[in-house]
Amino acid sequence: MSGVAFDPAWIVELYRRMVRIRAFEEKAAELYQKGALPGFLHSSVGQEAVPVGVCAWLERDDLITSTHRGHGHILAKGADPARMFLELYGSEEGYNRGKGGSMHIMDFSIGVLGANGIVGAGIPIAAGAGISLQNRGSDRVVACFFGDGAVTTGAFHEGVNMAAIWELPVVFVCENNQYAESTPHRTVDRAPDLTVRAQGYGIPGELVDGNDLFAVLEAAQRAVERARRGGGPTLLECRTYRWYGHYIGDPAVYRSDEEVASWKARDPLRRVAAWLLEQGALDEEGEARLRAEVEAEIEAAAEAGARGRRPAPESALEDVYAG
Amino acid sequence: MPVRELTMREALREALAEEMERDPSVFLLGEDIQDPMGGSYKVTLGLSTRFGTRRVRNAPISEAAIVGAGVGAAVTGSRPVVEVMYVDFLEIAMDQLVSQAAKIRYMSGGQVAVPLTVRCQGGPGRSAGPQHSQLLEAWFAHVPGLKVVVPSTPRDGKALLKAAIRDPDPVVFFEPNVLYNSRGPVPDPGADEVAPLGKADVKRPGRDVTVVTYGAMVAMALEAAERLAREDGVEAEVIDLRTVSPWDRETVLASFRKTRALVVAHQAVRQGGMGAEIAATVYEEALDEVDVEIARVGARFAPTPFAPELERYVVPGVEEIVAAARATLERAGRAGLLARR
Ligand SMILES: Cc1ncc(C[n+]2csc(CCOP(=O)(O)OP(=O)(O)O)c2C)c(N)n1
Ligand SMILES: [Mg+2]
Repeated sequence: MSGVAFDPAWIVELYRRMVRIRAFEEKAAELYQKGALPGFLHSSVGQEAVPVGVCAWLERDDLITSTHRGHGHILAKGADPARMFLELYGSEEGYNRGKGGSMHIMDFSIGVLGANGIVGAGIPIAAGAGISLQNRGSDRVVACFFGDGAVTTGAFHEGVNMAAIWELPVVFVCENNQYAESTPHRTVDRAPDLTVRAQGYGIPGELVDGNDLFAVLEAAQRAVERARRGGGPTLLECRTYRWYGHYIGDPAVYRSDEEVASWKARDPLRRVAAWLLEQGALDEEGEARLRAEVEAEIEAAAEAGARGRRPAPESALEDVYAG
Repeated sequence: MPVRELTMREALREALAEEMERDPSVFLLGEDIQDPMGGSYKVTLGLSTRFGTRRVRNAPISEAAIVGAGVGAAVTGSRPVVEVMYVDFLEIAMDQLVSQAAKIRYMSGGQVAVPLTVRCQGGPGRSAGPQHSQLLEAWFAHVPGLKVVVPSTPRDGKALLKAAIRDPDPVVFFEPNVLYNSRGPVPDPGADEVAPLGKADVKRPGRDVTVVTYGAMVAMALEAAERLAREDGVEAEVIDLRTVSPWDRETVLASFRKTRALVVAHQAVRQGGMGAEIAATVYEEALDEVDVEIARVGARFAPTPFAPELERYVVPGVEEIVAAARATLERAGRAGLLARR
């Protein structure tokens, strides 16, 4: 755990974002288990350092693509938790007017091009967003989040290769949480890590401890800066772990309690909190206060979500076309 | 024939196990299908333990390669049963299914057959959202060379899946998600019941109106028929197509000639759906013989939205079938049958 190079006050803010993601996911899981939320729910608890460490280098008008496990990416990009909860409830006031749900949250006003129900689908879309930026002469970049499972799709190969050949301003961020549903990543990929593949595409690649905010920050800074100055894409593999099963309710029979415990011991939040205490940027009381503030904020957001206006049935036929 | 009650899931699992037992060239390929997971919806639970991991292969998330490898194996002496986790993900394997599997026999001048079964599941009714709720059977029914099957009961599920596996041609086998836990009688394993592909099943006889449907809507059509009987004195005949392509024209036309009123119902999008094909065919065939009263029930022209009330607005159910049956009878001047009888 390095971190010496970073301003502790800024890390407090990033820590707050990590706590916000954790609190959002825990609240959503609680509501889902009570039967309050329709559809499916995929939790990113345990993976918070990756979206926060990458999005720390992004501005409002930079872009991201996300996945079915997208709450963390979207919150890290600055989305409003209340409008996210409204969408989880299927409200007319949710981000997607109740048409998408958890798996499809989009907010084009802050560059969230979408969570996605189709594994790997965001990768070519990120490349295309990169073309828009490149053609416009913009110094904006795209951060493309995807899981280890997406690495085995055709869309991954086609999208990353396209970004590589045209030096598109994209940062490809693989959150390798070791599993795609029940399938351990090592059983479907013979390459030891993604740097090998990056080499195959002729682009830089880095293997990163995805549970270490500082490691993510450092690697993402290099990748984002390279993309901004026209140096083309980078492929980051961030090793991490999802604490819950594939979806809320998944008994996760395919992994051992010991394995889960060993990853919980590497809680990305606790590691940042320990550093902040050590630096004197937060004392225990301050840390507890921060958590309480964020939890109150999420509680209020969830309550707003539950109170949302229900969609008029006929609105189902709106927005099929733009014109 | 001795029968037991099984769920659709158990019945399908039995079909796979029996066919694997019977024919060593049958193997399974799909995402998360091995134990302990046994498939996203547990249809293949226990099979990798019983038959080994060569015959039950866990695939990476690579739908094009899953279906494509199925094609390659099928033309080289295997009888693959590949699983695509959701109907929606077939889109990724479109070329392998439509331009490879469906055309190899034809293009080769009949040199080979492609005995491939593609199982997938899905459909609306669970707030699964626009990318996990589609019913695309009409897309595949549009492709010469593919057969398309949609079971509605555990018994049919088992007998049709066995038929699909034994069939020499590529079969897309759609399992309605909402039916996995539905129970029904299934003959004992020894019976080896195989349902012929292309043959519909009359699930409820009736003289007044024909309701043609398949899959998850069969149960809804039966419920609608009960309501019509109770409230209107109308006896609806419910025909379960079972095979959507090639579909059973004979059974549908014979029923229509008897009832002279037809409702075709599915939860897939109405525009360009199977209902259009069936309605048009009946119209062409029966035009000169009898009065033609036809109605289509299908989803409104929108993706399947997430919020339950939106999804229900887009996707039809029992109500819509009842209303369509009443409308056809009204147009035929046969409304209020009960009153007159
Ligand atoms: C093309 C496609 N195939 C299969 C699925 C079903 N599915 C949803 S998530 C998932 C696992 C994805 O694993 P990974 O990319 O590692 O992301 P994680 O869930 O671990 O965050 C699968 C197989 C899908 N949504 N899309
Ligand atoms: Mg994963």
